[in-house]
Amino acid sequence: MDITYTILIPLIPLAVFLLLGIFSQKIKPAVSGLIGVVGLSTSTLLSFYTAYQYFFVHGKINGVYQAIVQKTTWMNFTDNLHIDMGVLIDPISVMMLIVVSIVSLMVHIYSIGYMKGDDGFTRFFSFLSLFSFSMFGLVLATNLFQIYIFWELVGVSSYLLIGYYYTIPSAVSAGKKAFIVTRFADLGFLIGILIIGYYTGTYDFETLNNPEGAAILNWTSTSFMGLSVLTWALILIFIGGAGKSAMFPLHIWLPDAMEGPTPVSALIHAATMVVAGVYLVARLFPMYYFVEDGFALNIVAYVGGFSSLFAAIIAITQTDIKRVLAFSTMSQLGYMMMALGVSGYNGHEGVGYMASMFHLFTHAMFKALLFLGAGSVIHAVHSNYLKDMGGLRKYMPITNATFLIAALAISGVFPLSGFWSKDEILVAAFEHNMLLYVVGVFVAGLTAFYMFRIYFGIFWGKDTQYKHAPHESPLSMTIPLIVLALITIFSGFIHFSEFIAPDRIGFEAHLNYPLAAIATAVGLTGIVLSYIFYKKENDLADKFANAFGVFYKWTYNKFYFDEIYLFVTKKIIFNLIAAPIAKFDKKIVDATMEGIGNKTVVISKRIKGMQSGKVQDYAFSFIAGTVILAIVFIYLWTN
Amino acid sequence: MNFSNFLLMRHEILLLAITLLLLIGEIFIHKNKKGSLVHLAIFLFGIHTAVGFLQIEESSLFGGMFRTNNMIHFFKNVLNIGVFILLLQSADWLQEKIVNQNRGTEFFILLFSSLLGMYFMISSGDFLMFYIGLELSTLPVAALAAFEVSKRISSEAGIKLILSAALASGVSLFGISLLYATSGSIFFSDIIEVISSNDLTILGFILFFTGLAFKISLVPFHFWTADVYEGAPISVASYLSVISKGAAVFILMILMFTIFKPLMHVWENMVYVIALTTMFIGNLFALRQKNMKRFLAFSSIAQAGFILLGLITGSQLGVATIVYFVLIYIFSNLAAFGVVQAISLKTGKENMDDYNGLYRTNPKLSLVMMLALFSLAGIPPVAGFFGKFFLFTAAASKGYYLLVFLAVVNVTISLYYYLLVIRAMFIRKNENSIPFFNNKIYMRLGLLISVIGILVLGLYSPLYDYIYELSSVFN
Repeated sequence: MDITYTILIPLIPLAVFLLLGIFSQKIKPAVSGLIGVVGLSTSTLLSFYTAYQYFFVHGKINGVYQAIVQKTTWMNFTDNLHIDMGVLIDPISVMMLIVVSIVSLMVHIYSIGYMKGDDGFTRFFSFLSLFSFSMFGLVLATNLFQIYIFWELVGVSSYLLIGYYYTIPSAVSAGKKAFIVTRFADLGFLIGILIIGYYTGTYDFETLNNPEGAAILNWTSTSFMGLSVLTWALILIFIGGAGKSAMFPLHIWLPDAMEGPTPVSALIHAATMVVAGVYLVARLFPMYYFVEDGFALNIVAYVGGFSSLFAAIIAITQTDIKRVLAFSTMSQLGYMMMALGVSGYNGHEGVGYMASMFHLFTHAMFKALLFLGAGSVIHAVHSNYLKDMGGLRKYMPITNATFLIAALAISGVFPLSGFWSKDEILVAAFEHNMLLYVVGVFVAGLTAFYMFRIYFGIFWGKDTQYKHAPHESPLSMTIPLIVLALITIFSGFIHFSEFIAPDRIGFEAHLNYPLAAIATAVGLTGIVLSYIFYKKENDLADKFANAFGVFYKWTYNKFYFDEIYLFVTKKIIFNLIAAPIAKFDKKIVDATMEGIGNKTVVISKRIKGMQSGKVQDYAFSFIAGTVILAIVFIYLWTN
Repeated sequence: MNFSNFLLMRHEILLLAITLLLLIGEIFIHKNKKGSLVHLAIFLFGIHTAVGFLQIEESSLFGGMFRTNNMIHFFKNVLNIGVFILLLQSADWLQEKIVNQNRGTEFFILLFSSLLGMYFMISSGDFLMFYIGLELSTLPVAALAAFEVSKRISSEAGIKLILSAALASGVSLFGISLLYATSGSIFFSDIIEVISSNDLTILGFILFFTGLAFKISLVPFHFWTADVYEGAPISVASYLSVISKGAAVFILMILMFTIFKPLMHVWENMVYVIALTTMFIGNLFALRQKNMKRFLAFSSIAQAGFILLGLITGSQLGVATIVYFVLIYIFSNLAAFGVVQAISLKTGKENMDDYNGLYRTNPKLSLVMMLALFSLAGIPPVAGFFGKFFLFTAAASKGYYLLVFLAVVNVTISLYYYLLVIRAMFIRKNENSIPFFNNKIYMRLGLLISVIGILVLGLYSPLYDYIYELSSVFN
């Protein structure tokens, strides 16, 4: 199968970005929106064509989906390590193409209505295209180096998009926070790449992932602090993934990133960038599974499970609807990581892997729908806060209906897509790890509860006094809602397990009725509780909050996580490291120099105007440095 | 000796000729048209840069005092490109402030003499030539640093530079004399044969090393850097941070990987320690700077620390990655200095706060600055990322994981302060931000070339392959 044309999928958005970026002053907003949408539609069509060709025509040989790679050697780094650039087509990359292109297209269309009249309209669309380019590039990458480049590029473009409202200071600092926290996590990723490159001599995914390949078979060869070096590398890479996918404790940037425009949140923080971490682990899944009997994979499972619980608890208390969605995203990403973590490799054993990808797909759709629905609401009432909303179902019927569908889907109600994918995740957890299964079920209940809390809060309850009567959003905003709602209703019926499995053979997944019944019951309980608490205006919720006073407060404040970070960065790093160094500079270096300097004061007075009185200090440190080096390396540190 | 052998010194002879031509040229240029001296200099130097790319044979002259090969030749070309961009960026400043005081020739003579010194230093085959080159490359720069005679801070920079440099080269010379004492020769080819690891040799090496560490601004030999950058004219600060540093890195690398290779067990620890102190001190001080020139000074100190990551490997891979990094660094830093230069010339403003709101008034300059800073911070896909990534890979391939880890931590710290400038330009509001202005053609061209370098060098892989191939002489 010739897949050269797939390179156009990222290149078209790149061309749009360059076009809009260079001629931003000259293009009318309406035209730039059109260019963006047309460009992305083309990419979307190509993605669908690729998927059809791959899954139904050419992809399968002898019952196994082949990875099709087309690449050129981009650089011979050393004689035995070379870096390639190319495209990799395999089940998960094709699936991701579909996810990214659909959501990105919907967000493009939606933004035409949402951003109308904004002075940076063209700039916004050029950034959207840049982001889409980076994301497509990330999905199609054939090796670690290539994926890292696009990984960072995704970071840069999301920085630009979050910081889009650069007149709002909080948006700006949120953009910076997101960028720096994820960059910090990328430290791990980068070092992991270096280690893998050095120990295996390749960056190539297909070579690394081959279960009979040298990389996996030789994992025992070198160890460091009791673990295989490759396990360390995989843990480090997971840290990179955890940063992008907002896993505990690297999640702190995600809620703040909600300052960006809502369509951006739908694109970046629901469907695409944040799943990059999950995708990365899935991309290297055979390595995670085989190296050191899945030690690193266990870490993935527990971090995922904990994050999903942690975030679900916080989500219950937030009053900004976008923040609720942000924590909900973190919780669902934790679900996906957990599913990967408990997955096996062969045949039906791989249900966790499959479920993770399945959930990635369905979640991308319904979470994008939730964000866009929230955007539509915010557009109508000009506030993010629940207290400013209520009774909107009468004014915004389409938003109401689609939001309800998405909320039911995320709560795992039959027959919506979330029901199917969540069920598979719970099956995988049930078969491998009872503790994580219990966590998963509990989180399912919490999810239903917090989601219907905001649903009732927004669309039911008493009318808030609106200054202007809220109205349904324009067609360009409601069409994406309807499309995503349709996908959310029907995509659950796709038999993912036939297409996606760790060994790429595919298997038949069956609904596990008892487990499905339990999960549904828990989800419905959550919804009912939420109904009792929030549907009617009453003080039950407040009473409850009072009863759980301290715990509620802790949760409301996100367990004071940001404060701890601030404490560490501001107080410890700044006060204990940077400030003392400055002090050292002033008090010790300067003072010592002053002592020496006093003797030369008489001379220096004469040429005071010329010199700052510090050259001798410099000379002193020069000589001191030389002497110390000489003493240390001649007498003390010899080997 | 065959006369045609002198063609091996093509770079040197041509540059000397240009210098003399400019000296004579000034006499014939009409008093009211002194500005054309700048055009002439740029034109001639452009030709010189282009001619430099002609191939050259590997050989040596003067009984081995002067030697050249493709690698050395490439180094000189890299320096030429840097100086060419620098001249383009300085053209407006020269025309507006210098030429009309009849001091244009002075500037070019000093600048080109210093460059000539670097050529000889890089090409040196013995310590005598090396030392002459070192001195010739430093002394004129001190005069250049003090070039803006009307500013006291500029004279101060000149004095500080000359005093510090004198000390450094004195120490270095002492080291050389110790090496002569232990090996009985000043020729590199002889020293390689007899050098062995004993205390006196090591002392000689360390003293020699500090002289070059001074030029590269490694901690603790860096103190002059910030003061001199702040006081000197921006072109000169830029020259010091890019060209002077690059040349010193090249010769240090050549010597450490050849004649001092037997001492590697000593210097690898030393480089390790200095790399860490340089990165941390440079970065932590850069965090606090408010003046753009001081800010770039500390940033360039930190960048020097990264270069040591390649040096520590002592391998062909190390050479290739260092040269590649320096090349990219030249473009990135020149772009940053170019923007500072342009703004300073039009408005006289050099503080970070003055840059607030720059994007609204001067979007193009802001974008250039953003690219330059992204490149210095090492964010893909701009070139700086590749430079850093390869250096890290080189160090990791020798098992220096802790060092790489700490270096990556430093990259994150540096990202923070580079973002401070970006925030100032793009996000901060300013009532009286720098008004819009147009740059003249030379400045535009200078910035354009730098930006092209930043965008293309990382992605154009044959360049790295070429450098890697050249560096096989160190294998």
